[in-house]
Amino acid sequence: MSVFLQYLANGLTMGSVYAIIALGYTMVYGIAKMLNFAHGDVIMIGAYISFCVTSYLELPAIVSVLAAVAVCTALGILIEGLAYKPLRQAGPLAVLITAIGVSYFLQNAAQLIWGATPKNFTSIVSFPVPEGLRAYNVSAVGIVTVVACLVIMAGLMWFTGRTKMGKAMRACSEDKAAAQLMGINVNRTISMTFAIGSALAAIAGVLLCSYSPVLQPTTGSMPGIKAFTAAVFGGIGSIPGAFVGGILLGIIEAMAQAYISTSLANSIVFGVLIVVLLVKPAGLFGKYVPEKV
Amino acid sequence: MSYQNAFNPVLDRRSIIAGVAGLGAAGILAGCSGAGASGDSGAAAFKIGSMGPLTGPAASYGTSVTGGAELGCKDFSTDELPLVFKAEDDVADGEKAVNAFNSLADWGMQALVGPTTTGCSLAVAQEAESAHLFMITPSATAPDVTDGKTVVFRACYNDPAIGVHSAEWLAKNFPDEKIATFHNAGDTYSAGVHDAFLQKSEELKLDIVDKETFKDDSATSFTNQLTKAKSAGATLIFAPIYYTPASVMLTNAHDMGYDVKVMGCDGMDGILGVEGFDAALAEGLYLMTPFSADDPKNASFVSAYKEAYGELPDQFAADAYDSVHAIALALAEAGLSPDADPAEVADALPEAMTKVKVEGLTGTLTWNDRGEVEKETTVYVIQDGKYVLA
Repeated sequence: MSVFLQYLANGLTMGSVYAIIALGYTMVYGIAKMLNFAHGDVIMIGAYISFCVTSYLELPAIVSVLAAVAVCTALGILIEGLAYKPLRQAGPLAVLITAIGVSYFLQNAAQLIWGATPKNFTSIVSFPVPEGLRAYNVSAVGIVTVVACLVIMAGLMWFTGRTKMGKAMRACSEDKAAAQLMGINVNRTISMTFAIGSALAAIAGVLLCSYSPVLQPTTGSMPGIKAFTAAVFGGIGSIPGAFVGGILLGIIEAMAQAYISTSLANSIVFGVLIVVLLVKPAGLFGKYVPEKV
Repeated sequence: MSYQNAFNPVLDRRSIIAGVAGLGAAGILAGCSGAGASGDSGAAAFKIGSMGPLTGPAASYGTSVTGGAELGCKDFSTDELPLVFKAEDDVADGEKAVNAFNSLADWGMQALVGPTTTGCSLAVAQEAESAHLFMITPSATAPDVTDGKTVVFRACYNDPAIGVHSAEWLAKNFPDEKIATFHNAGDTYSAGVHDAFLQKSEELKLDIVDKETFKDDSATSFTNQLTKAKSAGATLIFAPIYYTPASVMLTNAHDMGYDVKVMGCDGMDGILGVEGFDAALAEGLYLMTPFSADDPKNASFVSAYKEAYGELPDQFAADAYDSVHAIALALAEAGLSPDADPAEVADALPEAMTKVKVEGLTGTLTWNDRGEVEKETTVYVIQDGKYVLA
């Protein structure tokens, strides 16, 4: 039983990281209706910024997180403005391919700036965990990640539900043309979405690397793909869906590694996704919208 | 498998470029002096070629091998047997390596110290065998490189040998530990060492309580694998993995509060150079690797290498240096003159190689007729951030 709880703690920690990344994916998809495949690479940039601020400038961890959030937010707005805005009227495939291009660009830029040699990221959170919890593999990073994930989800729910900007986002999500007619600045709303998504990516990057310390230009790729899976699993576009999807994915992965096979864990994770989509094509929390032909 | 310096990347790249430029310049100089010597006295110099990735992501390996070989050519050159050296860049690509081999052969290469990486070595070994040109790879560990070839030698242990020697060392030094193995199932080096280790440890009755694996796409966190090893009661982890995943493993184990002995192989050499890695986590880590720059007996090589290339030599450089040393001794043993035909060299060297004994940087080296090296195994333990003989 105690070993089971240890795996559960590992799964929850990793799952919360996936959930934070998935929230970014789902926000952007829900509102801009595009898959931002560069999201995983923004995570990596965020982690590098935090690493540089703590290691080279030797500033405190919290400053590094703020710097990462600031840089990634600016980067998100920049990417949206330069790469995606000109394609607003283009087909979804053009945008998708552009997103893949941006992803490669960010990876190669990071390799040029920081080199291909992996760096070891020192965890930004460290406080003593009570011995009773430590026995179950509960780490300081784990606690912070789970709490951060819950706070972010609650914040996003409140933001999209209660604020004027949030309502504008939901309106864009429903129908861009109609929203524009109602006097909503669609372009600004979408830029705002990217800013929020990228800020989340920065936080996810710092927490991801605090938990698994290797930082290299491809750090964001695999967690990015898994978080995308989590978002689809939960129902892409749905905020609680991304949260539940992320946590479940983390736990399934941990259990598959623990009780079935470490080599097959990824296959099992994606296998579960296929089964869920066969049974519930819109994901756990997604709304199924039948296509009129 | 390389020594990564803790420099910032900009410096790192610059030093690599400087290294490459330096090698190029040295190659030209060496070429000139070789031509000059033959013009003056009529006696040619023996031409040793080398290759490895000098650019691209694996460049640190190639610069080490060609740097070590070049230094070797300088140090083991004598009046009776002058050595000249030329290096080519193969970018760790099999096809480019064959081109590099052909261009070195055109230059008149009589023996090859290289290639550096396994993929290139497999391709070039085939070429060397059919061209009948002697080669010795300082660093390719796959058994297939030398398998069934007559003129292909190796200066490092192959994968199975590393596994077997690790098992023997553990049986001798830690017979009572409960051992968990941890390897990268998608990597030939890691899997090759692991399989041989398991086979030998069965024979030696080592207590293997758990076997864990990972793959490159899931190398971000090993907490689950470590939880399994811990609950199986493992007190020692044998991990034939590269230093990057090893740094993750050590960090995870520390975060979990799992106090376990860890033993790695040559692939883990370089872990202290990972930028940002807390070297305290590597304290007490056992490494089976043939070379230590901290060892006083290697001090003169280390300082000469540092002066020439601006960085600390790693095992790649040391193995390449020993390879040149072996060729120089074997040439003398076979009584070959510097202007011998490459085919003549390939006829006589394999036999002579089995007779020489090299007191080298990586131990005392002898070769069997299959081209595989025999040398004593050295295991270092990391203490206060330095390699100390275990």
